[in-house]
Amino acid sequence: MKNSPALSLRIPEPRFRPGDTVDFSNLNIPEAGVAPRPPIDVSAKETRDLAYGLIRVLDKEDRAVGAWDPKLDIAMLKRGLEAMMLTRAYDDRMYRAQRQGKTSFYMKCTGEEAVAVAQSMVLHRDDMCFPTYRQQGILIARGYPLVDMMNQVYSNAADPMKGRQLPVMYSSKDYGFFSISGNLGTQFSQAVGWAMGSAYKGDDKIAAGYIGDGSTAEGDFHHALTFASVYRAPVILNIVNNQWAISSFHGIAGGEDAPFASRAIGYNLPGLRVDGNDFLAVYAATQWAAERARANLGATVIELFTYRAEGHSTSDDPARYRPAEEAKGWPLGDPIERLNRHLIALGVWSDAEQDALHKEVVEEVRAAAKEAEKNGTLSEGKRPSVETMFDDVYKEQPWHIRRQAEELAALS
Amino acid sequence: MSAPWSEVIDPDMDADTEVIPRMNMIQALNSAMDVMLAKDPNVLIFGEDVGYFGGVFRATEGLQKKYGLNRCFDTPITESGLIGAAIGMGAYGLRPVVEIQFADYIYPAYDQLVSEAARLRYRSAGDFWAPLTVRSPYGGGIFGGQTHSQSVEALFTHVAGLKVVIPSNPYDAKGLLISAIEDDDPVMFFEPKRLYNAPFDGRPETQVVPWAKHPLSAVPQGYYNVPLGKAKTVRAGEAVTVLAYGAMVHVALQAALESGVDAEVIDLRTLVPLDIDAITQSVEKTGRCVIVHEATRTSGFGAELSALVQEHCFYHLEAPIERVTGWDTPYPHAFEWEYFPGPARVVAALRRAIGA
Ligand SMILES: Cc1ncc(C[n+]2csc(CCOP(=O)(O)OP(=O)(O)O)c2C)c(N)n1
Ligand SMILES: [Mg+2]
Repeated sequence: MKNSPALSLRIPEPRFRPGDTVDFSNLNIPEAGVAPRPPIDVSAKETRDLAYGLIRVLDKEDRAVGAWDPKLDIAMLKRGLEAMMLTRAYDDRMYRAQRQGKTSFYMKCTGEEAVAVAQSMVLHRDDMCFPTYRQQGILIARGYPLVDMMNQVYSNAADPMKGRQLPVMYSSKDYGFFSISGNLGTQFSQAVGWAMGSAYKGDDKIAAGYIGDGSTAEGDFHHALTFASVYRAPVILNIVNNQWAISSFHGIAGGEDAPFASRAIGYNLPGLRVDGNDFLAVYAATQWAAERARANLGATVIELFTYRAEGHSTSDDPARYRPAEEAKGWPLGDPIERLNRHLIALGVWSDAEQDALHKEVVEEVRAAAKEAEKNGTLSEGKRPSVETMFDDVYKEQPWHIRRQAEELAALS
Repeated sequence: MSAPWSEVIDPDMDADTEVIPRMNMIQALNSAMDVMLAKDPNVLIFGEDVGYFGGVFRATEGLQKKYGLNRCFDTPITESGLIGAAIGMGAYGLRPVVEIQFADYIYPAYDQLVSEAARLRYRSAGDFWAPLTVRSPYGGGIFGGQTHSQSVEALFTHVAGLKVVIPSNPYDAKGLLISAIEDDDPVMFFEPKRLYNAPFDGRPETQVVPWAKHPLSAVPQGYYNVPLGKAKTVRAGEAVTVLAYGAMVHVALQAALESGVDAEVIDLRTLVPLDIDAITQSVEKTGRCVIVHEATRTSGFGAELSALVQEHCFYHLEAPIERVTGWDTPYPHAFEWEYFPGPARVVAALRRAIGA
């Protein structure tokens, strides 16, 4: 034993830091179309290769190939493309609004649009999504008014959240969009609970939970998988692996040694690892998991392998911790670009149409922003009424809060 | 120099011959960790984003580069996990200094702190203990909404076995953090994030004056400490005692200035163990007491202070004790300044306290 080396800590480091040349050639990216599509009653153990592999549908020639091709009609494909483009245009506008001082904070989902958009097209509107702050695409794909999203971002007089929440922390029961919490991970187990509620009542609704790669380290992740497995809850548990958690790469959450999807198997849940920038793959995997859940076969864990193409938020500068060109080097491309090329390859779309659509969505967002700004922004114009800040702490206002409301009113 | 501090009693710096640079609070905290990493090989730093990046508020900037990956590194996003690991490492003989990115995110670690860190020494009859320091930015004034603005100190002052420290300026921040790291008990070290880059008098419309213009930004480069458990009178006065900590120290000074009330302002600096002598001496002199904190009112630390003042100074009191606190609601994004207990509310309380 004397000759054994001294113990040492391993501190994982990302492959590239600012100044390094980006080279993702070591990344093992299976060809599109090769992953088998098992029946929905597959045992968790048998999904091992899917959890360690990567489900991809769009190939190098922009064709949809393999067993996971969801065979969507052209109208659906165009709807998906438009919703993703609208989401990106919305993000760009709100990001600039923050830079102009119209609000305090903003978070984009650039590069990850396929996740929320494709999934919300599979799920029904009365299924409940428990999103993180990067699934604004769910609301947008479901046609939630952009003006109301902006009112929330501006914390203005028409903010559906009455100015209480940080920008992007939307909530809409009507649109199957659970109130977003700023605390990471907490909602993963709540999604399972919602699904258990549906099962308890004998309903046919399912739930979808979302968690970031970094946040899988939280205990809530494990609580969710345990409950989902034990009670066979009709829920889809999505891990959005965009490679980064603010400045920490996925290896800090243990995602380098084993893919996040592989966590599922130990809980006896099927795990699918999916190319998250491939709209069709995301759609198909979600459809498979939803069918499974609705057939009372229980939960599925889906890792959506994608890339956070921009900063974590308006407070972040990613050039401080990763090479500026890393996003451009991401080998799985951009979801909008890839769906656009697929439609072109199908012969039903053109770059000119794409440009026209781009102008259209930008204009739609611009018009909505003009409308929203009539209700004020965080820095100017109309605000929610101050008295409302004391509402909803409890269903009925207790005496001590009433007194505080009066004290504040007397001050102004 | 911002006006209220013209009356500040100068810091008792044992600054020997060293050139004293100006530091903001972030730089002072960074300097404290730098000094302790150099001094004690058992000190190590970890937390979310604290390594290469240097923390979302940059408090650990440069430390990984200077001391290596092992001494300052990123952790997975699990507050419970990172506090649990710190307890284990602390029990092994190390002195972990961990960062919880925002105090609002400390709740997953509550069990590790309350049931484990706080009680380890007691339940093992001194066999095991874990000398960890938990740094965390807290408080509002930055439009952070309800998940980046909370004041959580009372959740920890209520727990036997934890010390709770809150600095209000760069000089104290460094000296107190060094004391916290050297302390053999677990210390919760809450940093008023609104004060990181500049003092703040609670009036957002006032032009920001950087720390460099403030006397307490003169921070010795090397080792010194500010002892835990010692308050500091930051403004002497005869008419009323104001008890405050963190950002509210500056608000209280501004309120004293605006109101013209001859207030004595005490910066508590450590909430547990509390400097009860400093409080009683002052209240016995003034006969009146106003307590100011940002945290919600019900069961806030002000309730404890109020009870103590009543117990210790009852026969000296000439007016009811006043509390100026955050409202009993979550911190609402749009109403930053209606929520933040600013000078106007403190002025009103000072006037009530002196019967004006
Ligand atoms: C409990 C908790 N801890 C820390 C934070 C601070 N924080 C906000 S986002 C974030 C990174 C999350 O990364 P990931 O889960 O990968 O999601 P992504 O931002 O990449 O979508 C951190 C650490 C938080 N919001 N909640
Ligand atoms: Mg991430």
